[in-house]
Amino acid sequence: MNNTKDQRHEQVSDFEEKIMSPMRRARFLKYLGASTAASALILAGCNDDDDAPAMNTPGVDLGSGDIGILNYAYLLEQLEAAFYEMVVSTPYSGISSAETAILTDIRDHEKAHRDFFKAALGTSAIAMVEFDFSSIDFGNRASVLNTAKTFEDLGVSAYNGAGKLLTNGTYLLLAGKIVSVEARHASAIRDLLNPFSADYAGDDVVTVDTGLDLAKSPSEVLMAADAFVKNTIKFDKLPS
Amino acid sequence: MNLLKIFSEIEKVDGDVYEKMSSRRGLFKHLSGGGLKMAAAAVPVLLGSSLNKAYAQSSAVPDILNYALTLEYLEDEFYKSGLAASGLIPENRRAIFQQISKHETAHVGFLKTVLGQLSATPADKPEFDFTAGGKFADVFTNYQTFLALSQAFEDTGVRAYKGRAGELLGNATVLTAALQIHSVEARHASMVRRLREEKGWITGNDSSGLPDAIYEGEDNVTQGGASITSLGYSSGIATEAFDEPLAPEQVLAIAGGFIVS
Repeated sequence: MNNTKDQRHEQVSDFEEKIMSPMRRARFLKYLGASTAASALILAGCNDDDDAPAMNTPGVDLGSGDIGILNYAYLLEQLEAAFYEMVVSTPYSGISSAETAILTDIRDHEKAHRDFFKAALGTSAIAMVEFDFSSIDFGNRASVLNTAKTFEDLGVSAYNGAGKLLTNGTYLLLAGKIVSVEARHASAIRDLLNPFSADYAGDDVVTVDTGLDLAKSPSEVLMAADAFVKNTIKFDKLPS
Repeated sequence: MNLLKIFSEIEKVDGDVYEKMSSRRGLFKHLSGGGLKMAAAAVPVLLGSSLNKAYAQSSAVPDILNYALTLEYLEDEFYKSGLAASGLIPENRRAIFQQISKHETAHVGFLKTVLGQLSATPADKPEFDFTAGGKFADVFTNYQTFLALSQAFEDTGVRAYKGRAGELLGNATVLTAALQIHSVEARHASMVRRLREEKGWITGNDSSGLPDAIYEGEDNVTQGGASITSLGYSSGIATEAFDEPLAPEQVLAIAGGFIVS
């Protein structure tokens, strides 16, 4: 695409608009947006935010273009891997052997995804992000599995929404190879919560009329993941 | 180009295509002991460069949508027939298949709508034979056979969408919609696999009693040039963590046996 300067400017403005409205409603305002105006608002919002990043937690810039999208995926895989490492190392009470097997498999898949992105991104990879799982009761089955459901569905919607932002077919195929595994996870976790019901592909995630799963933009996904991420994530240069 | 058009294209350059590719004579002929376990049935390797060229020319968006539509027709009719077969699906499992059926019907309608918006003609629904010429004669009377074919169609569907996503890179709307269908098929696949007491994910190229062609290539452990096993993971985990695509000719070899005309 040969954008003129003006078109690019319009796109930036459009992007600001897209991120600003959820930003205004958001409880968390530590994500850095696209412009100085957005940043000013964000910084103002951070003043009375209890969950503002600690001074010693470094900011993380996802970068731009395809690399930015891969770093975005790497961030999400880091989140999932860290979560399941906790789940497996501190099993909830009453966990069954079948559940342990499923959750251990998922942990290993997410770690493999994480380490794959780290290897593939090389020197372009973001640092390891710090997570805050204090809102999760790891001893409680419902707390763990509902969080797992949230993360898996979020991952599916993130990859579905990010596909069109990639320009390289190899990366798109890799994202495709991963997203269907995330969807397999989501299905299994949902079935553990409500066995043999329609919830494994429930009407809350699959639109009834079209049969389409959710697809979310990076800003929507990062807002949803925000409560669990300690670092300030800068995503303003991602394609949109 | 839909599946049937692909058939005819192949026939032009290889008159024996049906004999070589038809699951009736190839993939599905190695039934042993009346069970579903297939002997190693190689995917036909007949496809030469002229065919590859034909496939390469088929990358227009409407052709890909019609390819998807044909697979959705197959799934849609399969589940409608299964749900209509009295006594086939246990009462306490019907909700699962009603949900799948609902989605496949929605996919058919959605793809037709998108094709209409592109001023393209939706492919006609083929005539299906889910017994594949009698090889699965009890598909609508034996729940285990029904489950096995359900798994085959769902896992193949996931692989088929994945195999053509790259051709949609220039069309953000259609690409996103295809990805949104792709992940729904994966949710289905995971559930059906687990009903068969398999893992929801695919380990190596384990075909779990289904034709090997369905899982060919799923044992790949190298992603984007990186060996996942050399990152410290078992080949089981490395293959489970990444689903692999299927090319149209591979999908055709699997699905073709269920298409009469």
